[in-house]
Parts: sequence; C-alpha cells; structure tokens
Amino acid sequence: MAKIVKGIAGIWEDEHLILKAAAKTREMGFQKFEAISAYPVHGMEEACGIKRSWIPYVTFVMGVVGLTAGLLLTWWTSAVDWKVNVGGKPFFSLPAFIPIMFELTILFAALSSVVALFKACGIPRIDPPIIDPDLSSHKFAIFIPHNDVNYDESKIEAMFKELGATSVKKTEY
Amino acid sequence: MIKRNPLVLGNKTLKDVTDDICAPVERFPSKGWVGLFLGAKTLLLFYIVILASVVGVGIGLLGMSNPVFWGTMIVTFVFWIGIGHAGTLISAVLFLFRQKWRTSVARTAEAMTVFAVMTAGLFPLLHTGRPWLDYWLFPYPNQRGPLWVNFRSPLLWDVFAVSTYATVSMVFWYIGLVPDFATIKDRAKNKLRRTVYGALSLGWRGTAKNWSHYEMLYLILAGLSTPLVLSVHTIVSFDFAVSHLPGWHTTIFPPYFVAGAIFSGFAMVVTLMTLVRIGFKEFQNYVTLDHMEVMNKIIMTTGMLVGYAYAAEFFIAWYSGNQYERFVFVNRAFGPYGWSYWMMVTCNVIIPQVFWWKKMRRSIPVMFVVSIFVNIGMWFERFVITVTSLHRDFLPSSWGMYHWSWFDTGVLVGSFGMFLTLFLLYLRLFPAVSIAEVKPVLHVGYDEKGGHH
Repeated sequence: MAKIVKGIAGIWEDEHLILKAAAKTREMGFQKFEAISAYPVHGMEEACGIKRSWIPYVTFVMGVVGLTAGLLLTWWTSAVDWKVNVGGKPFFSLPAFIPIMFELTILFAALSSVVALFKACGIPRIDPPIIDPDLSSHKFAIFIPHNDVNYDESKIEAMFKELGATSVKKTEY
Repeated sequence: MIKRNPLVLGNKTLKDVTDDICAPVERFPSKGWVGLFLGAKTLLLFYIVILASVVGVGIGLLGMSNPVFWGTMIVTFVFWIGIGHAGTLISAVLFLFRQKWRTSVARTAEAMTVFAVMTAGLFPLLHTGRPWLDYWLFPYPNQRGPLWVNFRSPLLWDVFAVSTYATVSMVFWYIGLVPDFATIKDRAKNKLRRTVYGALSLGWRGTAKNWSHYEMLYLILAGLSTPLVLSVHTIVSFDFAVSHLPGWHTTIFPPYFVAGAIFSGFAMVVTLMTLVRIGFKEFQNYVTLDHMEVMNKIIMTTGMLVGYAYAAEFFIAWYSGNQYERFVFVNRAFGPYGWSYWMMVTCNVIIPQVFWWKKMRRSIPVMFVVSIFVNIGMWFERFVITVTSLHRDFLPSSWGMYHWSWFDTGVLVGSFGMFLTLFLLYLRLFPAVSIAEVKPVLHVGYDEKGGHH
C-alpha cells in the first residue's frame, strides 16, 4: 500500500500539454512523479518511462496452474479415488476432461490477473487523498513527492507554470 | 480515402462527456423509467411466485412428460445464455480487433451479458427438481464415498463453463466500471453517494502507472474472454450433440450454436439500445445511428449463418441416409410442431433480410421490430431443437407431445421480469456508457479544428 506523501502538483487542462510536461519532468531527473488522468492517455507510458506491465507473467503462470489443477482433479477423482465405469470408457479419458481443464485455465488466469492488478495499483484503498476532483473528469495532473531527487518547490512551480499548468498547489497524495 | 464518421457526435469536450454520462445517475428518475421499473418489478414478483410453486410442488407443473423431459426450463436457459454472448463479443472480441465503435456500446452490452447469464443460471438449477441439493453439481469431498461427479458428462462441463463464464464476465464488467465509479465519486454532492461509489471505485486514482497495468489487464481479460465465450455455447451445444438422439447428435452444433448466440445477443442489444436512446436522450450522441447500423449488419450476417446451418442440417439428414435422422427433420418441418419450425425460419432467416437496405438498417422503428422478431425466433429455435427432437424418436410407441401449461408461460414471461428489473436498475445506478473508454476516441472522425471531415 502506497503511503500518503506530501509534495507538489501541477494541473493541466490539455492532453497535449500534459504529455509534454510528463516528458519534461522525466527529463529533469524526477523519478517518483505520478501523472494523473481520467483515461489512459496515448503516449503517456513513453513520456513517463513506464516499463511494460508484469501482469501477463502472472496470467501465464496461473493459467498453467489452472490447467494442471483441472488435469489433476479429473484424473484423481475419475481414475484413482473412486473409479466408475461409464459405458466402458477408460477411467482416465483425457478428451472428456479437456472442457474442465480449459475452463479452469481461464478461471485461474483471469481471477489471478485481477488480483495482480489490485496488487500493482495498491487497491482497494480507503479514501485516498484527492488533488482535484476534476482529475477523474477533464483535467490532468503531475505530482512530485517531496522525497524525490532534486526536489525544490519553487523551481518545480516555475517549471510547471512554464509548461502550461493552469494551477500549481502543495498537496499530499 | 474513406472518411470515418465521428464516433461521438456533437463536438463534445471531456467535461461534456463526463456530464452527459453521469447525468442519468445523478438526476431524479424520469416518469418513463419509473413506469417501466414498476412493470418489470411486478413481473419479477410474479416470476418469484411461479418459481416458488414450481419448487414447492415440483417441476411436474411444467409441461414435461414422457418422452419430452426437457422443456421450457432448458429452452429458456439456452435462450438467455445465448443472449449473453453478444456482450462478451462486443467487449472482448471487438476489443481485440481494435474496433473503436465498441466503446460506447460495450458497457451496456456487458451488463446485459451479466444479467442474462444470471437469469439463465437459475433454470438448470431449478430443473434439477430439488434445487436445495444443487451443490451436488460441484466436485467436493463428501460423505458418500467420496463419490465424485461424472467428469465425462457434458452436463457437468456445462456447470464449469457457465459458472466460469458468469464469474469472468462479471469481473470483466466490474473492472471496466472501476475508473467510472471514481469519476462519479469525485462529482458526488452528498455523503452517501460519495461513500457508496467511493467503495465501488476501490480507491482508484488513475495514475499513469495504474493505467498502464489497467490497460494490460483489460487486454488480458479480453484475450481470455474470447475463447471462453466461444467455449460456453460450444459446451451448451454438447449437452445436445453428445447424446445419441436423432436431431441432436450432429457435428454442426457447436459453430451453429455460437452463431445463433451472437445473433440473438445482438438482437437483444439492439432492442435495449433503441429503448435506452429514447429514454436517455443524451446517449444519442454516444450510441449513434452508425453504431446501430453496424450491429444490424452483424445481425443480418449471423442470421444468414444460422440460416445456412438450418439448410446444412436438413441436407445432411437426407444425405446421411440415416432414416431416423431423416424422419426427425421431415417431422420437424411438417410434423405436429411444424408451426414452430416455420416461425423460427421466418423470424431468423427471412425477416433480417430487410437489412440489405441501408434505410432499414438506419431506421430505429424497423430495427426495433426486427430485433423483437429475432428474439422470438431464437427462442423458437431452441424450442424446435429441444422439443421436436425429443417428442418423436426411434419407436412410434414412445411418441408423445409437450404439454405446455400456463406455468411454462409464467416461467418464460417471468424471466423477462427478472432481467428487465436488473437492467433498469443498472441504467440508473451505473454509468451506462464507459466514460474512460469514450474519451480517448472523442477525436475520431473530426479534423484538427474540430470540424467534420
């Protein structure tokens, strides 16, 4: 869970400006800054230097776990624990078990990917501080925490203003 | 170069989008909505009474008797499960194909999926006759040996397929809603709304890192839902195809069922969307006539796929030289249930052909009427498959009819009460168009200065 930190935030009202501002903030050497928007802004990942998400690895591993779980469940119950002769078919009749294995693969992979998202985003989170309620509607912000390298409030404020921020405020996030 | 029509009309700004989509959630309900809701809720209460009698007295209240032991419950189960498929198709398959028009329809289509699957899920549970023992459907360590469920049975595959589908589509829908819940929370004027939507939004903040993970998860869920949605109706069709009954035991069933599911699902999306557009005027700029036209094209295409399946089934029944198979099909079209067969063909194959004309595809009254016919036709398709195959099979001495009772009518009609109650509540409580997904496609179809092409 992310802790609440003090810092400074600039607010923009234009998608193009926030992209530029994010790229510039990164160029200035800040590492812990956050760019906040109401929707995924195209090109933001490159501007902020965000690495590809690690969630797919979780999906893959848990998909394999689900597949194996399906195989073990059907094999152990049908061919080991209590064998029931159904129409003379083999006890371990793999083709008939494929639907179960498939569904469990999907179920495990999907649910654990969601759990991975929760972990990655630090949610659920009770009542996180809000810089500006319009950030989930039509405004954009960049927040630099006080513990970031080269943190200097007046310099950052000047930089944000230069990059077209409509307002700059000290806040916590 | 082909110019694209704007996906969102009216040169909206980001703030306009938020305001428009949040409006139905934030204002007092209209008289029209209240009227529909009271109607749907009354129907739901009626449904509860009917189901209570069916559970209390027994499923003999329905028209089932020797040899037709699968009737309304199974027919209506397959009907509703099929309806659900369009939602996942729009939200997952079209997402993978990068079809941007899906954004404004996806949310409501997914909601429809979730509610349709919930409505459908009740039927097999009640059809067991003793629903209080339904936990026997799942493999769990028990005191009967432990005696396990039969993993070779398609009916058990169905348990896994439908429950996985219900879970994953609900999660997919909810994950899509999270950022929009945060939007509503931030706009909330009173404490109650702030608390409720704040809890639903899970504390979502929308930082670039969060969005990066979020988009990846959305892609993954779309990728997982696509094979899942195809598997569900495939497995539903196995319930029939894996048996040895003439009329059911055919290899065409899986693709035929999936095409039919998409067909009926899109028809239901069109039915609901035409009504949503009338009830919530602000959505007309988001769910435009272009959207409706595209869906009508899909309806016509899948309608013809289904028509092809009807023809292929008939041809193979004749070509196979199997006299039982041939008899079942001739009996289907010209026997005592012939009327239901021709009802199905008329509604599903002939009526959607009006969509060859652009004017018809873009006319709201026409598409509403056609979609209702398709809904009716697709219910009859399942009726034809289930009842006509069962009522006359190998031995004439064991032939019989399905004794439709008014409890059957109650179950069928009542299920719409449940579905519509949930759907109407959804329209009032949740943002019915995805706010966060529409915003990135706002500029599609506009030039640099914001004008039309």
